[in-house]
Amino acid sequence: VAHPFPALLRSPLCPPGVKPCVSHYPHAAFLSPLLQDIRNTVGNIPMEWYQDFPHIGYNLEGKRIYKPIRNKDELDKFLEKMENPDYWRTVQDKMTGADIKLTDEQVDLVQRLQKGQFGDVHFDPYEPAIDFFSHEVMIHPVTNRPADKRSFIPSLIEKEKVSKLVHAIKMGWIKPRKPKEDTPTYYDLWAHEDPKSILGRHKMHVPAPKMKLPGHEESYNPPPEYLPSEEEKLAWEQQEPAERKLNFVPQQYRCLRAVPAYSRFIHERFERCLDLYLCPRQRKMRVNVDPEELIPKLPKPRDLQPFPTTQALVYRGHTSLVRCLGVSPSGQWLVSGSDDCTVRFWEVSTARCMKTLPVAGVVKSVAWNPNPTVCLVAIAVEQSVLLVNPSLGDKLLYGATDQLLDSYVAPEEERVQPVQWVAATAEEHGKGVRLLVQHSRPVKQVTWHGKGDYFATVLADNSNMQVLIHQTSKRWSQNPFRKSKGLVQCVLFHPIRPYFFVATQRYVRVYNLLKQELTKKLMTNCKWVSSMAIHPGGDNIICGSYDSKLAWFDLDLSTRPYQLLRHHKKALRSVAFHKHYPLFASGSDDGSVIVCHGMVYNDLLQNPLLVPVKVLKGHALTWDLGVLDVLFHPTQPWVFSSGADGTVRLFT
Amino acid sequence: NRRLCILKGIYPHEPKHKKKVNKGSTAARTFYLLKDIKFLLHEPIVNKFREYKVFVRKLRKAYGKSEWSTVERLKDNKPSYKLDHIVKERYPTFIDALRDLDDALSMCFLFSTFPRTGKCHVQTIQLCRRLAVEFLNYVIASRSLRKVFLSIKGIYYQAEVLGQPVTWITPYAFAHDHPTDVDYRVMATFTEFYTTLLGFVNFRLYHSLNLLYPPKIEGQAEAELKPAEGEAYAMDSESYLEKLSALSASLTRVVAPTPEDDVEMDEFPVEGETAEQMDARKKEQEALEKQKKLFEGLRFFLNREVPREPLAFVIRCFGGQVSWDKSLCIGATYDVSDPSITHQIVDRPRVEQQVVGRYYLQPQWVFDSVNAKLCLPVADYFPGLLLPPHLSPFVTEQEGDYIPPEKLKLLAMQRGENPGNGRHQPSEEEEEEEEDDNDEEEEEEEDDSEKEEETKLKKMEEQKTQSKALPVKVTAGKVRLEDKQRLEQEQQSEEKRLAIMMMKKREKYLYKKIMFGKKRKVREANKLAEKRKAHDMAIKEEKKKNKKARRA
Repeated sequence: VAHPFPALLRSPLCPPGVKPCVSHYPHAAFLSPLLQDIRNTVGNIPMEWYQDFPHIGYNLEGKRIYKPIRNKDELDKFLEKMENPDYWRTVQDKMTGADIKLTDEQVDLVQRLQKGQFGDVHFDPYEPAIDFFSHEVMIHPVTNRPADKRSFIPSLIEKEKVSKLVHAIKMGWIKPRKPKEDTPTYYDLWAHEDPKSILGRHKMHVPAPKMKLPGHEESYNPPPEYLPSEEEKLAWEQQEPAERKLNFVPQQYRCLRAVPAYSRFIHERFERCLDLYLCPRQRKMRVNVDPEELIPKLPKPRDLQPFPTTQALVYRGHTSLVRCLGVSPSGQWLVSGSDDCTVRFWEVSTARCMKTLPVAGVVKSVAWNPNPTVCLVAIAVEQSVLLVNPSLGDKLLYGATDQLLDSYVAPEEERVQPVQWVAATAEEHGKGVRLLVQHSRPVKQVTWHGKGDYFATVLADNSNMQVLIHQTSKRWSQNPFRKSKGLVQCVLFHPIRPYFFVATQRYVRVYNLLKQELTKKLMTNCKWVSSMAIHPGGDNIICGSYDSKLAWFDLDLSTRPYQLLRHHKKALRSVAFHKHYPLFASGSDDGSVIVCHGMVYNDLLQNPLLVPVKVLKGHALTWDLGVLDVLFHPTQPWVFSSGADGTVRLFT
Repeated sequence: NRRLCILKGIYPHEPKHKKKVNKGSTAARTFYLLKDIKFLLHEPIVNKFREYKVFVRKLRKAYGKSEWSTVERLKDNKPSYKLDHIVKERYPTFIDALRDLDDALSMCFLFSTFPRTGKCHVQTIQLCRRLAVEFLNYVIASRSLRKVFLSIKGIYYQAEVLGQPVTWITPYAFAHDHPTDVDYRVMATFTEFYTTLLGFVNFRLYHSLNLLYPPKIEGQAEAELKPAEGEAYAMDSESYLEKLSALSASLTRVVAPTPEDDVEMDEFPVEGETAEQMDARKKEQEALEKQKKLFEGLRFFLNREVPREPLAFVIRCFGGQVSWDKSLCIGATYDVSDPSITHQIVDRPRVEQQVVGRYYLQPQWVFDSVNAKLCLPVADYFPGLLLPPHLSPFVTEQEGDYIPPEKLKLLAMQRGENPGNGRHQPSEEEEEEEEDDNDEEEEEEEDDSEKEEETKLKKMEEQKTQSKALPVKVTAGKVRLEDKQRLEQEQQSEEKRLAIMMMKKREKYLYKKIMFGKKRKVREANKLAEKRKAHDMAIKEEKKKNKKARRA
């Protein structure tokens, strides 16, 4: 049926609520019988547009065409299914919503299609095939169509293509396919090896070190001593993988069959690969020295005798640490000051305590007057310095000393002094004290000049009043410094020349007393100087320090130490030179006294020879303190040491 | 570029002044020499790599567009590169290449055991397997294997190829559990280079022995004529490689071997060499020749539970004949029932149906014999017995090192002394041990004089503890007799101590370090010796208990 207005009939754009614009359709009667009763006027549109409406489309009068009423519930449907014999062939037409009963032909068609057969009953899919175009040449042509003209003339398109290719080949754009290289994969690469052709690079090349070869412990059946015990295994597990000495735990298997695969095999190969290309390589020269050769060749101590070797005497009597020692110029008497507030005088050769002098406080320092004609000891106790005549030895001598002290005549005009000189009271005089020099601050150290007239004291102060120089004969004191240069540790007079050494924490300053100027400043390279001693020749100084170093200075050579000796394990407390023998000693908190041979040659070109000759031990450590003072005997190669254990020892 | 660095063997350098180079910071960084990097730039392979990158990109694109003809064309023109010139450049002489062969071999052996899935290209694995087998065949043909060691990690072999010791390790034949924290690409790049290197080395080595290079099995010409015989189960090429890897047949030579080949070399007296040295050299040569013919004339049969490849390799390397069950592997030459078999290698606790006339031994016997350079007495290696320890042949003890008693016994045996056999051994062992201990103590005493007092005290303590353990008693009178000597010694040690005090700081540091190392060594040796002693004592006591129990 050809619709006169097919476009209108199928207008899908007609929304359901709007009537179609053409309402009149005059030839409705000629329409197909299917459409006579209920016609689909909406065309092929999605039917869900009309889902919610009671009608589908409109008729020619513009009236709604209603859907057939469907008010069947499930029960009705079931009843129908049971009762209606044609139920199975009834389908619903989606376009109109009406039920249609399929005819027999239609059912047949559906069934055939379901089986996958052709819809047409009469179509035979198995008709014999006729090969029209076969290899056999037939007498008659299949088609009798005359050949086209284009089959007689060359193709222009092809020509164009070919010419393009030819042009490309001419221009070198298209290249012939490269022949496959048929060189063998392996051949004699080193057939013409030329050792001269080695690149410069290879000379610097560091070949990769080989893998370490396995030891007994890696065996699958190692000797039993290589198997780790339980604790070792535990320790191994707790270690960092990088710290482990072995990267596996040695294990024992009874037979080869029982050995499992090593789980880290690939890891190890991979690590080796990483090492090969990521590790910097370096040639390390292995120090292959005989340790014996490193030890310097020194003269044998036997050849450097005499020096003290054994402990000879112990001077017992003090009940607390013995801080300081002094020895008389004759070498017969020894004086020691202690924390138990006494000063004791000993006979050197018998270790007998000749005299005990109780004082007001802790004895910080004692010094025996080096002048052999004077018998006088300076004792630093708290804020005063006592000048004591011990009345030992030659009666003439100590009598003369008393006379000398008594012969003092006070000058007419009183001069301003930083200290007070006080004569001893009668009681004190009986004990031997002759004079008191009273300072404003506690006195740390007292030291005599070589002539025995002057002595210097160090005060525990940080102003410019730290160092004072006193003259005994004139009872006259003076402060040599205008400014403080730091905390003064100790001071020292030069034995021959008018020089004065002042040791602060890190430096030793040398002053010329005559010119009243600074001549030198020695760097000790130590943290904190504790003590200082001067060679009797006057050109060499040793400094002991709390950081367990001993610095030897050659004053002619430089202001830096000629040698730093680190013999002691703990802080040095005191150092001393021998008057005649080339010996010096150092006492330290580790309880030992080290005696060294320190030979100074007259020849300026020859450097001093320093050889440690003996380590003397004997003092017990008390409160972490060992030896507090060392002192040489003035004539014999003997050394006295006083310790924190309350004893004084003599080593000969 | 990592790949380039690996192939060209470029490694970082430690700068002399780290701070200066690193702009003042001390953070850890790697530094390469500028020269090295410039050297990399000149490498023609860089362009090849770029081409390859382009190729991959094009191919991916073509795949994405499903242009199959393009894919075909691209694959046809796949750029390839060769590493020959790099090998030549890195190893200008053949000896250089041999020196660096350790890693190459280990890597190839590892890769040849990889499964044919996933981790890397199948071709690489096959190539590695081929090269490894070829190398093994070369070692057999040249009889250059020297040492074997069964470790818990794998099996170490050491061969002497043209005078260079070449050591490699092979894993035990188990499947790997592939770790996830390993970058297989790095390993693959290394392997790429190593296979090239190993191929060329193999070529050269085969030619040095007058062997055909793609190796051919002797007498295979006949087999090739009638291929239908045994190779029904596999393709020709595969069965060929397998036959080769069976290691049972010898290879064809280009020139037929003549007996004159083995004629001893003429002796040229080298100037500046004393007669003694000459003699020593001669002896060494003789020993070597003897070792090479260690298993000559012996016929081995491998049971199916022993690892076939390493054993066959080792036995063949020393001139033995070897066979195995036919169903186990291709290349079996004779059967179990062959009456001429002298040794059967067994790794199970018991053997039923023992055939008279052959030794049944555990596999360790083969390896120990090789390392000892002589056929060891078989009594210790019968199946089911507790084996003697397997020692590493790579350890050469220096003075002061700990030497296990088994090693001492072995050395004695090598010197030709017969340490008795069977029951006498344990007592001898003990004696030796005691001697050993005494030696050590003496050494310690010698050392003592060198060391400071602390160590002296420590040693004294040690000696005390040891003397407690030892039945030997030190008499007190002895010390007094030596008084003078001791005094002198003391004096000397004191002198030394004083001299040490005078050492310079740096030298003192060095000295202390050396002494520390020495002390540690001694300590370790002592520890091992003590452990051994404790172990032996425990065993002895157990034996006694057993005896008592038996008696009662």
